[in-house]
This record gives sequence, C-alpha cells and structure tokens, in this order.
Amino acid sequence: MQTRRDILKRSAIVAGMLAGTGLFPQYALAYNKSAFEAKSVADVLKALGSSAPTESKEVTISGPDIAENGAVVPLTASTTMAGVKQVLILVEKNPAALVARYDVTDSVEANFATRSKMGQSSDVYAVAITADGKAFFAKKEVKVTLGGCGG
Amino acid sequence: MADPMRIRAQAAGDKATVRVLMSHEMESGQRKDAAGNTVPAWFIQEVTASLNGKVVLTADWGPAVSKNPFLQFTVKGAKAGDKLAVTWKDTKGDTRTDEATVS
Repeated sequence: MQTRRDILKRSAIVAGMLAGTGLFPQYALAYNKSAFEAKSVADVLKALGSSAPTESKEVTISGPDIAENGAVVPLTASTTMAGVKQVLILVEKNPAALVARYDVTDSVEANFATRSKMGQSSDVYAVAITADGKAFFAKKEVKVTLGGCGG
Repeated sequence: MADPMRIRAQAAGDKATVRVLMSHEMESGQRKDAAGNTVPAWFIQEVTASLNGKVVLTADWGPAVSKNPFLQFTVKGAKAGDKLAVTWKDTKGDTRTDEATVS
C-alpha cells in the first residue's frame, strides 16, 4: 500500500532527476566553459584540446595601436591558411583571455571582425586551429587609455 | 525580448560580406553597481548564421565581447536574393533570430 508521504517523496526524486539531466547537457554539448574561464593564452588552447601555438605569417590580427576606449576595441582575426577549423580572438591581460571562438566551415572565409572589451593595455592574439589540432598565432600590442572591464 | 538585430549582407562577386549589429547589454560579471554588489554576468554565448537555411558559421562568445556586439564575416557562394539568418542565445537562455536578404 502506498501512503501519501511515499508518493510525495517519489515525485520529488523524479523532479530532481529531471532537473539534473535537463540543465547540464546544454553546457556540455556546445559551449566550452573552461576555455572561456581560462586566464592565459596557453590555458585556453589546452582547454580546447590544442597544442602550444607557433607564430605564423599566414595569420593576421588587426586592430588599433592605441584604443581610447577599452570598452570597444575593434579586432579582426583572419588567416589565409587552408584547413583551418577554428579561429580565436584573445586578449592576454583580460580577466579571461578568450574573447570569441569561431567555427570555420567551407562556406565561410576565415576572417572575422568583432568589437572587444579590454581591461588594460595588452597583447591581443589571433589563433587559427587546424583540423589536426595545430595552433598558429599572430599577436599585436594594443594600448588602452581607458579600461573597459571593471567599474 | 531583446531589440532586433541590424543585418546587412552585400554580395560582391561570388561572396557576400555580412555585417551584424546586435542589441545586447553584454554584462561581463566584473562590474560593480553603486552599492558595491557585483552585477551578474549576462552575455551572448552562441551565435549562428545560416544561408538559405544551411548553417555557415557558429561562434562562441565570452563576456569580453563589447556591448551591442558587432560581427563581420564573409560568406562564400552567396548571391543577391539569398536569405541570411542570424541567431544568438545568451546566458539567460534568451534567443533571437533575424533575417536579411543578400543585396
């Protein structure tokens, strides 16, 4: 025989299980949270499963030499390399280095422009990751007169 | 629901340059309000662009992308009249899709 208390207890367990399964996979599938929380350029690449990057002339990063407003720094990352799967934009001295990650498909050129926040003057990186996990980078120094991360 | 995006897609030869301006607060989670409490992070996490229904670009963004984000990219094989749709999803689970015609 089932008492009311039993039923309540069981439905609470089921609800808990649903919440557990329903919420977690969202993160696990697409968004690489640890990469976006990594502090340094090397840690980001490690979180994405790539090796240490080598500098390459085929990757370019462009942005201003001096940014007056750190809240809006236009950065462009591009590469002419073949077989690139991902393009990253990183700011070395931000609280979390990774700004954006783009998946390159056959029907899109490996050339992306975004505006980024920068907390202070720092090196900015464009990193291209090829299909076999090799990483190539280009860097550039951007001086910031007014930071855009804190308050 | 957030404001609409502004999308411009311009064909030149066999490719199209796409410029997207989204309307979003992009809170980094680093800022403090007047009372000294940290403002919780709230930013666009995923951006997807598709041409005539086929996904051409996916991007993951962190909190360091600027407020009212701007994105420019180039789609190969796009011609005038094609439909280009852009979707974003933020950390609160809010999502928005807007569509433009390549011109």
